[in-house]
Amino acid sequence: MDALLLQLLNGLDKGGAYALIALGLTLVFGTLGVVNFAHGALFMLGAFVAVAVNRLLSFSVQVRDESITFFEAYKQQPYLEIWFGDLGLAVIAWSVPISILVAIPVMLLIGLAMERGLIQFFYKRSHAEQILVTFGLAIVIGEIVKVLFGANPIPVQAPPAVAGPAPLGAWLGLSENLVYPWWRLIYLFTSLLIIAAVFAFLQFTTYGMVVRAGMADRETVGLLGINIQRRFTVVFGIAAIVAGVAGAMYVPILPPDYNLGMNFLVLSFVVVVVGGMGSLPGAVAAGFLLGVIQSFASMGAVKDILPGIDQIIIYLVAVAVLLARPRGLMGRKGVMET
Amino acid sequence: MASITEFNPSTPKKDLLIMAVFTAVVLTAPIWLAPIGASYPDLLQRFAIFGIFAIGFNILFGLTGYLSFGHAAFLGIGSYSAVWMFKLFSMNALLAMAFGIFVAALFALVIGFICLRRSGIYFAILTLAFAQMAYNMAYSVLTPITNGETALTLDVADPRIIDRAILGDAKEALPSPSLFGLELTGFTSFYFCAVMLILAFWVSLKIFRSPFGLKLLAMKSNQNRMQYTGYNTKPYLLVAFVISGMYAGLAGSLMAVTDPLAGAERMQWTASGEVVLMTILGGAGTLFGPLFGAAIIKYFENIFSALNKTQLTEVFGFLPDGMAEALASVSLLFVGEGWHLTLGIMFMLVVIFLPGGLMEGIYRLTARVKRKRESGGAVSGGAVQPSE
Repeated sequence: MDALLLQLLNGLDKGGAYALIALGLTLVFGTLGVVNFAHGALFMLGAFVAVAVNRLLSFSVQVRDESITFFEAYKQQPYLEIWFGDLGLAVIAWSVPISILVAIPVMLLIGLAMERGLIQFFYKRSHAEQILVTFGLAIVIGEIVKVLFGANPIPVQAPPAVAGPAPLGAWLGLSENLVYPWWRLIYLFTSLLIIAAVFAFLQFTTYGMVVRAGMADRETVGLLGINIQRRFTVVFGIAAIVAGVAGAMYVPILPPDYNLGMNFLVLSFVVVVVGGMGSLPGAVAAGFLLGVIQSFASMGAVKDILPGIDQIIIYLVAVAVLLARPRGLMGRKGVMET
Repeated sequence: MASITEFNPSTPKKDLLIMAVFTAVVLTAPIWLAPIGASYPDLLQRFAIFGIFAIGFNILFGLTGYLSFGHAAFLGIGSYSAVWMFKLFSMNALLAMAFGIFVAALFALVIGFICLRRSGIYFAILTLAFAQMAYNMAYSVLTPITNGETALTLDVADPRIIDRAILGDAKEALPSPSLFGLELTGFTSFYFCAVMLILAFWVSLKIFRSPFGLKLLAMKSNQNRMQYTGYNTKPYLLVAFVISGMYAGLAGSLMAVTDPLAGAERMQWTASGEVVLMTILGGAGTLFGPLFGAAIIKYFENIFSALNKTQLTEVFGFLPDGMAEALASVSLLFVGEGWHLTLGIMFMLVVIFLPGGLMEGIYRLTARVKRKRESGGAVSGGAVQPSE
């Protein structure tokens, strides 16, 4: 029972990341009609915003180490510690949450630049060409990050207050031994929050209503005198923010390297297709579903019966869904068929 | 997609000429590639192998428009089958290749049958899913067959039933792949690959010219209309898929012939992406494009990624000292470790400005030159090329 609950949480966690990326992918596809293979790169860029913020905050200077007296010793001391003492150290420790605040404007800028600089020229071209050019862009972004940060994964810690395990069992009245990392719980709730925010934005604001109208019939909305193009560009920016924040938050769970985006992109595309191309609830549901399925498949008991199933389960599910229900779980008929 | 296809009325005579020139060019490659430092057998045979891979991919993608993102699976399957043939039966390269192609064809038949029920991006994702399954399983469940991360290699103690029956088991050293006693190493091995490339190209040329090839092209431009005229398109697509899988199997088994080991990384989706890049870069749907693309990418990979700072400083040596230094450090970002950056940029530029690949660039250039000559150099901007 405990093990099942843990796996469920693990799966929801992973599913949260999948869902956030897939949500952005679907938003971009639904509004601009562009298949964006560089969306994983945005996730990766978000993660590296967190790394960069951490580096920036812990920028340090070499000072004499006073605690060692019998020889001349030096240590690195962050400027923030020198200037603000303990407060500075606390700021460094909380670099990941801070980086989320930084990631929002940064990712918005990157998203807008990407849309205006490249994507807008590909609205009218075939999906194959969109895939190819964004695939090229993803390679370029990955390589630039590699030049700046090196090829190795860079670990960044979660704030110490929430780095440890949370006594989940005690809260739920189950066994005391049932614990779960705090940060992963936070990740799960934040991703739910972001998803809710995006849906609320689309559903309950006038701006979102116009965007939805544009998704349904772009031409008519344009004829009503609304600059729907600009709103779609903003939606691309929002998708970039969602992916970036998801990436920044994921850093304490998985140290990012320049390939992170590609790895998540493949899975996210599977998620989008399973959920149904163009369906936002489908993308979210499929993200969590596949995360949970993958997590259950990696349980020891399951692996004893079907060895290696955890490696291929997502793809198996994708194949099964696509063959049994071609348009995905919640997709509309005829989207992206040709 | 504005595609250029080789649908120009061609005569058997013209094709014979193309084949003759192609054969001559491939066989003399070690000579004319020497000035750009690409004439060592290891790189040359990689040109040939990836050329075959890309030519085969082009039969599917270029002719039918079905974008497979999992073609590397067949490459890996071909490699594994060939190495198993070496281990179990014989070191004869032809046997191994035949087996590699056969097994790849079987897999392509099954996978193609399933994937071709969908089209568009769904087809791409389905093929990707199968390739990823193959890759992940090669690393986990199938380790008895694939030897997992250590890669499948030859061993002195392998059975090699046929070889031992003929030669006896006198041999103590690790044998290498051979062609009826002729050891395939160095340039011998390149020429072996070159002959295979020429054969592969010939088959592809025949397919392009055949009614079958034209049917595939017709499906690419409008599959519905094709079905209205009474064609059942699925069998044709499946045959194209299997043929292109067999090409990948051939390429994979040639990899095993030139270097008898097989690892799962050959099946990773990045490898599938690479062949897509090659085909697009050169020009999908053209005869020569994929070959060009494969050669260019492999050339970059081998030559550019080996460049380092000292060499670069030498290249810019004619400039003033500080400038040479600065230029060298800037261009260092694009070579050596960073050659993928160059690849990505090049690829983006091609997709943005030359969607038909480098071949389209060549066509445009020749068309411009022709027009200039015809109108005596006074070309007006109004001269529009006919589409198709």
